[in-house]
Amino acid sequence: MNFLSLFVLIPLAMMLGLWLAKGTKGIRAVMVVGSSALLALSIVLTVKFLTDRADGNTAEMLYTAAYNWFSPLHIQYAVGVDGISVAMLLLSGVIVFTGTFVSWEMPKEYFLWFTLLSMGVFGFFISIDMFMMFMFYEIALIPMYLLIGVWGTGPKEYAAMKLTLMLMGASAFLMCGIFGIFYGAGGQTMNIMDIANHVNGAHLIALGQQYIWFPITFVGFGVLGALFPFHTWSPDGHSSAPTAVSMLHAGVLMKLGGYGCFRIAIYLMPQAANELSWIFLILAGTGVVYGALSACVQTDLKYLNAYSSVSHCGMVLFAILMLTTTASTGAVIQMLSHGLMTALFFAIIGMIYHRAGTRDIRELNGLMRIIPFLAVGFAIAGLANLGLPGLSGFVAEMTIFVGSFQNADAFHRILTILATTSIVAAAVYILRMIGKILYGVNVNPEHAKIHDAHWEERLAVIVLIFCIAGIGLAPSWISHMIEGSVGPMMQHIGHFTSQCNPFL
Amino acid sequence: MDYSQFLNMHDELSLLAVIVILFLADLFVCGDRKSGVPAKSLSVLPVILLTIQTVYMLLAPKTGAITFGGMYQLTPMMSIVKAVLNVGTLVVFLMSHIWMKRPENEIKQGEFYMLTLSTLLGMYFMISAGHFLMFFIGLELASVPMTALVAYTKKNQESAEASAKYILTALFSSGLLLYGISLLYGTCGTLYFDDMAARLDTSNLVQLIALAFFISGLGFKISLVPFHLWTADTYQGAPTPVTAYLSVISKGSAAFVLFIVLIKVFGPFIDNWNQIFFWIIVVSITLANIFAVRQNNMKRFMAFSAISQAGYVVMGVMGGTAQGMTAIIYYIFVYLVANLGVFTIMNIIEQRSGKTNISDYDALYDTNPKLAFIMTMCLFSLAGIPPFAGFFSKFFIFMAAFKAGFHLLVFIALVNTVISLYYYLLIVKAMYIKKNENPVLSFRSDGYTRIGLAICTIGVVFAGILSGIYQYFDTFAYGLLP
Repeated sequence: MNFLSLFVLIPLAMMLGLWLAKGTKGIRAVMVVGSSALLALSIVLTVKFLTDRADGNTAEMLYTAAYNWFSPLHIQYAVGVDGISVAMLLLSGVIVFTGTFVSWEMPKEYFLWFTLLSMGVFGFFISIDMFMMFMFYEIALIPMYLLIGVWGTGPKEYAAMKLTLMLMGASAFLMCGIFGIFYGAGGQTMNIMDIANHVNGAHLIALGQQYIWFPITFVGFGVLGALFPFHTWSPDGHSSAPTAVSMLHAGVLMKLGGYGCFRIAIYLMPQAANELSWIFLILAGTGVVYGALSACVQTDLKYLNAYSSVSHCGMVLFAILMLTTTASTGAVIQMLSHGLMTALFFAIIGMIYHRAGTRDIRELNGLMRIIPFLAVGFAIAGLANLGLPGLSGFVAEMTIFVGSFQNADAFHRILTILATTSIVAAAVYILRMIGKILYGVNVNPEHAKIHDAHWEERLAVIVLIFCIAGIGLAPSWISHMIEGSVGPMMQHIGHFTSQCNPFL
Repeated sequence: MDYSQFLNMHDELSLLAVIVILFLADLFVCGDRKSGVPAKSLSVLPVILLTIQTVYMLLAPKTGAITFGGMYQLTPMMSIVKAVLNVGTLVVFLMSHIWMKRPENEIKQGEFYMLTLSTLLGMYFMISAGHFLMFFIGLELASVPMTALVAYTKKNQESAEASAKYILTALFSSGLLLYGISLLYGTCGTLYFDDMAARLDTSNLVQLIALAFFISGLGFKISLVPFHLWTADTYQGAPTPVTAYLSVISKGSAAFVLFIVLIKVFGPFIDNWNQIFFWIIVVSITLANIFAVRQNNMKRFMAFSAISQAGYVVMGVMGGTAQGMTAIIYYIFVYLVANLGVFTIMNIIEQRSGKTNISDYDALYDTNPKLAFIMTMCLFSLAGIPPFAGFFSKFFIFMAAFKAGFHLLVFIALVNTVISLYYYLLIVKAMYIKKNENPVLSFRSDGYTRIGLAICTIGVVFAGILSGIYQYFDTFAYGLLP
């Protein structure tokens, strides 16, 4: 039994434990033990991965295992990780861990669906079989409906239904795309690595076929990754969701979209990616700027963060479509960095909302003096969001824009320049929000009485700040790990494209 | 005349033995009103007998000698399908136990079991048919007792109306079917399935019309659009266990028989029936989804859901591939456990509280959390959400249709799964999110219902993840193409 499967087995054990647990203490104990185990497992995986890479193992995927599942249909239970997956698993581990502490007061059913959601996420990142990836993607979708619909705030039923239906629509596109890729490559294997390397009966997908399936697959994943006109589920969904659910969704689930776009759409259909990338570049670029500008006019804290997430996740897709090693490395670092950052942001917004009863920027003032710990955390999250050097956002954005600019033609460069304006917009909405909420003089007597963070909230905030600052100050180990896997993928794509620049 | 050939039909003989035993038990065990002796319920007997018969069917040798010149055929797949239908009938018997305990039903419970098993016997004949006459006998045997079942609660006007609609539509469509069969006989000179394929000629218009009539006749049984108009009223008017039986068993058997006849007899006409079914499927799924959204009555809602699911089942027919056959049987099995789960819960709620509207299910999670949870799992399976079996069955049936080359059909069907998710989620929303002033009060279900629900839950949760069931079906599947 491959140790990667533990990422799926531990959540299953957690769900069983939750079902049997009695009382609040039992529930909290199960969740803390389980999420700590998952975090520990992802850290162990990262360390093991780095040591194996340092020892000279240069295989594309490590710790692979494959068991025949539905052999008449060539579906396997196939797992394996590379640098990108390890980074994503680390991200998921941290966010599930901190999310548990942020949801300290929640009932058992909430944690059951939350754990199911996390199982879907972990399973997605460890799988290298297309059916398995799709199955875990869908497992991660449906608990959202119940989590938002039952425990959310505001227009929760509307937001939950809209989110679920739009994401299911995306998965409908995705299923079509997966069939197209499977049968286009010969119908002999569902394994991503086999299809990419044309082994075990898989052959190159015909160009005409690629032109049909690439847009369908890319849109299918792109809806989840906030591709421009399909991002509308995101603001309502994130804002109506309970705090930890927003953290997990914006922090990890939206990264499933970017990861899928890269691993399946672009990696398996590189010629189509090269020819058609310009359409999606325009869409992603629009999303980046539009999200940032929309965030500037928001009055609700959660909506502001949701639009900011649309902008940053759009940046991930933007970078992936540039088809250079640096930009793709930057995209993965951005997935990691933005995940942590937005989780921190949503966590603190949730804590403020819980205490002050309002998320409206116009009604909050002078919180720095009232709840200093949370306010400092909030400020750090904001600064990471706008890309302050020393925090992870800067590393990611710099790598993305340098990598995007490496494409020497006018189209890519102009788009890159336009996308960088989102940094300015980010500065506007972040600084305006921080200045208004944290500083100034509080006029609401109710707000003066609110108390600062409890121990479990402090733990979550400190862990997230530690990760954000850690990556910001010492990014080379993670950048190296990611680039070690992006590089071979880009070389593979480079066999077919002329735009690729495999040197950093 | 060699009467020993009857012994080759061991599946049917074993079921006939069960019917005879139940008949005798009803005669001697149950009292009647005149003598004043209270009726003892037949209790476990039908359930035990059916279980034994299913096990026998699975273990007995599955291929036999030529029977009656090929009129009756037996392949392993046919036995498997019959076993699947048996499992469904078993769950229906389990769910109907509490309904049988009502005083007006206790008197005539033997009739319920005999009528149900008679229709099942008819389906067995239909499945094993090798000749159109056998097929027609089976079809009629499956339809006529069903009318009596639908009108079982004869004092209820709705049931009588539902039954009348059912029998009139059934008679009309079997008349149409019979006309098609006679046209085929006129042009081919034989009604044996194995001989007909060689004598069919794609340029013959009469045979094409016969194909259209055949599809119409069988389309009624599967409740495809435009042959679906009886479905909503009949499902609403019939007693809930009968609706459950109708929605899965008769639909499942008819879908399988459709596939067999199409590949055996109408093989040369494959392009024609592919085209016909493309439109039927698109319209079935879309129309049913649109109507299902607006329903208030739970049984009517399930009727439209059933029409839409019928559209999905028939997708496996496209192309006539062996992978399609496996997908159809697997889909029927998964649909059976999920749908019967929903109906069992609907039945027990109706028996305990008399409520049948979707709005009565509001806040069910607060009063009966376990029932609400099982209902959610079954609805998610029907919608195609992993990790439940419905996801796998939908994926595989789309895969089979995609492999046969019908990409656009798969795309349209996939978009429709989103609409169907919406209306299944409406019930989930009602149970978990909405508030209710008069919710269904908490109750304990009886033992039989619990066993039935356990079977359905195990099926819904494990039939997908454990690949053995699909692989078992796949070893016996056959078709025009792999």
